[in-house]
Amino acid sequence: MVRIAIPKEIHPGERRVAATPQTILRLKKLGFDVSIESGAGDGINCPDAEYAEAGATVVNDTRRLWADSDVVMKVRPPEENHHLNVHEADLLPEGGWLVGFVWPAQNRDLLHRLADRKATVFAMDCIPRITRAQKMDTLSAMANIAGYRAVIEAANNFSRFFGGQITAAGRIDPAKVLVIGAGVAGLSSIGAAKSLGAIVKAFDPRSATKDQVHSMGAEFLEINIAEEGEGKGGYAKEMSDSFLQAEMALFAQQAMQVDIIITTALIPGKPAPKLITQGMVESMKPGSVIVDLAAEQGGNCSLTQPGKIVHHKGVTIVGYTDLPSRMANMSSQLYGSTIVALLEELKNEEGMHVDLDDQVVRGAIVLHEGKLMYPPPTPPAPPEPGVPTKSMAAAVVHSNANAAENGDKGFNPIWLAIAGIILIGVGWIAPASTLAHFTVFMLACFVGWQVIWNVKPALHTPLMSVTNAISGIILVGGMLQLSGASINLTTILGAVAVLIAAINIAGGFLVTNRMLAMFRK
Amino acid sequence: MSGEYPLKDGLITIAYIAASALFIFSLSGLSKQETARRGNLFGIVGMVIALVAAGAAIKDGNYILLAAVLIPGFIIGALVASRVQMTAMPQLVAILHSFVGLAAVLVGFATYRGDHQIAPNELSVHLLEIFIGVCIGSITFTGSVIAFAKLQGTIGGRPLLIPGRHIINIVMVLVTIGLGVWFFMSPGTTGQTALLAATIVTGILGVHFIMAIGGADMPVVVSMLNSYSGWAAAAAGFMLQNDLLIITGALVGSSGAILSYIMCRGMNRSFLSVMLGGFGTEGGPTATAETPQGEVHSILAPEAAELLQQARKVIIVPGYGLAVAQAQHSLAEVVKMLRENGADVSFAIHPVAGRLPGHMNVLLAEANVPYDIVFEMEEINDEFKEADIAWVIGANDIVNPSAMDDPNSPIAGMPVLHVWEARDVIVMKRSMASGYAGVDNPLFYKDNTLMLFGDAKKVVDEILTSMRE
Repeated sequence: MVRIAIPKEIHPGERRVAATPQTILRLKKLGFDVSIESGAGDGINCPDAEYAEAGATVVNDTRRLWADSDVVMKVRPPEENHHLNVHEADLLPEGGWLVGFVWPAQNRDLLHRLADRKATVFAMDCIPRITRAQKMDTLSAMANIAGYRAVIEAANNFSRFFGGQITAAGRIDPAKVLVIGAGVAGLSSIGAAKSLGAIVKAFDPRSATKDQVHSMGAEFLEINIAEEGEGKGGYAKEMSDSFLQAEMALFAQQAMQVDIIITTALIPGKPAPKLITQGMVESMKPGSVIVDLAAEQGGNCSLTQPGKIVHHKGVTIVGYTDLPSRMANMSSQLYGSTIVALLEELKNEEGMHVDLDDQVVRGAIVLHEGKLMYPPPTPPAPPEPGVPTKSMAAAVVHSNANAAENGDKGFNPIWLAIAGIILIGVGWIAPASTLAHFTVFMLACFVGWQVIWNVKPALHTPLMSVTNAISGIILVGGMLQLSGASINLTTILGAVAVLIAAINIAGGFLVTNRMLAMFRK
Repeated sequence: MSGEYPLKDGLITIAYIAASALFIFSLSGLSKQETARRGNLFGIVGMVIALVAAGAAIKDGNYILLAAVLIPGFIIGALVASRVQMTAMPQLVAILHSFVGLAAVLVGFATYRGDHQIAPNELSVHLLEIFIGVCIGSITFTGSVIAFAKLQGTIGGRPLLIPGRHIINIVMVLVTIGLGVWFFMSPGTTGQTALLAATIVTGILGVHFIMAIGGADMPVVVSMLNSYSGWAAAAAGFMLQNDLLIITGALVGSSGAILSYIMCRGMNRSFLSVMLGGFGTEGGPTATAETPQGEVHSILAPEAAELLQQARKVIIVPGYGLAVAQAQHSLAEVVKMLRENGADVSFAIHPVAGRLPGHMNVLLAEANVPYDIVFEMEEINDEFKEADIAWVIGANDIVNPSAMDDPNSPIAGMPVLHVWEARDVIVMKRSMASGYAGVDNPLFYKDNTLMLFGDAKKVVDEILTSMRE
């Protein structure tokens, strides 16, 4: 039976743990033998007894726990245990397995130590972000929590309501929140801020996020430069200078308006982009709060100090790097579930096995029996959802438009020719006085053509009734026949024409008036 | 009456120019809701100026007779305008067109009979103008009467397709031309018989023309008749050498022409194909188009009410059925309740929804639906995919997906509202019968479509009752 060990996290301030009683139940169901270090659940207020009840063996001796394990499940990367005076990597038995956050790019030394132990190591932070691996996507789970917590931290440091209220003591305007970066954390922040009642705006260089932002109920800010910020693996890429300038201008303008800024901009493998300058911070209203979720990578705000709260000229800048750990129970629950999902992938009837052809396994594995596997070969570029179909649709539309244009062009010469012949004919037979009227007629046609195109479709019915009324002007034609006192057939015809045209004029104008009176905003 | 001129000719001309300018302002004022009422006022002022000036221009005018016909005319018009139901707007517009056509015919005859000094070199042109004016007027008159009867439901909306109807039309046109030649040859006013005969023939042509056009094409027909009434007025202006009539007629004529073009584009059909008539019956569409397969899911009003109340974003697609059932007021009430619940409710208006350009907008405005939640097709078509519910009320062809994905469909290529992209679609209809186009609608068989059968007014009222509980 495969033995899983869950040690207590030793990183200062870390409250999370790699398993909760619920996830242990699932591990037991999968057929694992689970041991947990005594006190591992202290940070999430979960006593040993509850773990024991879930079926885990509670072990007091840290060294024995590690030594008697096949797979060790951790949150933080292994580090020096000052209490026992030993590095956690050295506690791992020869050829043992380790699952947890590893951050292989930043922790080369750790990889060497683990390689010396002939260890097999899976990094939860390296799980490919593909559809099939969503249930193992720890980063998204943690980002979700961090995004939520960022809003809570902001609210905690913001001495006003988020939601607007009309009270007997006066009107309270809602807080305005700007979220920069609409990834998982950003969207989570939008949702949390929105449900607290704030007015939320969000910005992201990837235009595909617009719909997601809207779906969370926030306004999507845009800049007028067409550049697609979609990089690999759902992250934004670095943008061109002109884009960055426009972006900075937008932030500078927004900084003066909003009360809360939550920044979540990260570019993989690079320090976090500096988006909020000192000047922008100083332009914010006193009492405003910035929560910098990129603090660990240097921060999106130039005044951010990782792990700390800074006050600068009345603005509070929260640079906590341990937001998920501040919601340790929730984080442990989600983290534990993602680990269980990964172990499910790795387990077969005989025990544990490594299938290097599996894209998820290949992405997550950093050491295989001591052999360095990181970084994984670049997987075939995932089909970018939506993008090809979109451009195809655009192409189709375009070709339709072309066809329509061509069609028009195909007709034009014929119509032009007919119009030309008619005009020549008119010029041939018509006397000068008629031609003068004809000039007026043509000009009026063009004026009508220009004016009518501006009419909104919603007003087409009133337009028709007004033109109806106006065409009652034919009344004038009837009127001109009503000369002389005698009544003959001509005057009768004229009189009848006047009668019905008068119906038209009065009816048309009045019904238009009636209709227009109904249109209201 | 005295034979003096109350005003000089120059002043009359200036008044005509002022009236023309005011008419142009009037039409441009109608481009926006905010300025539309002012536009209408401009039109009224322009008309008053024009009438006063024209009254002054009558030589030896018989003002008693004028007052005796003008005042009753205004009164009748005012009564009709204040009594008409908004759902009956298409009929009213059609019948008003017929008046202009009839007036043009009468003015044509009167002018011909009237004692006018026409220089011999201008006589033939003058006769031509009269002849054209009378013919256009006659077509407008009878065509509008038929359109009115179709819209009113007095005669069926189905196109009447006589075998060889195109040939009949051509023969009638040729006969008219022949009568025109006879008319020119007749000296003095003896051409009256020819003119009368031509009036009758073109009148029959107008009837036959409009009879062959189906009910769903009525927006085009009404716009086209609108255009004709303008041309008839312009022709009268030519025969009377009156620039005011020419300008006004041209404005109205081009307005109607543009509306016809917009309506045709809304149906992806050429103007010619609409005029040739017989939509939906040519070649038996069911034989060529795919017959949709699948099961129809039907629900009742209480379930629909529940779905609507749970939805965050609802887009309502109204069609002619809403107008027929007069359901707009109850619908507005439902919309108000949904909006008070915090739902995002909007209306999507297809260019040819209803029987008149802009018909739906007027109905919704009547029911006090704010116009800023009423959107045109292009504005809102992309939003269906975000909507929880698309609610189709009495519309069929304008929400038919086969216009997009079935090249054999008779309505292939017609722009339609993408209601099926919404999470759920509620379709309210009287029965499973196909629309005017006679095309089966695959939308009704989609998995996310829920059919709600019954009279629109009754069902919306039921929904309202369920929502209030």
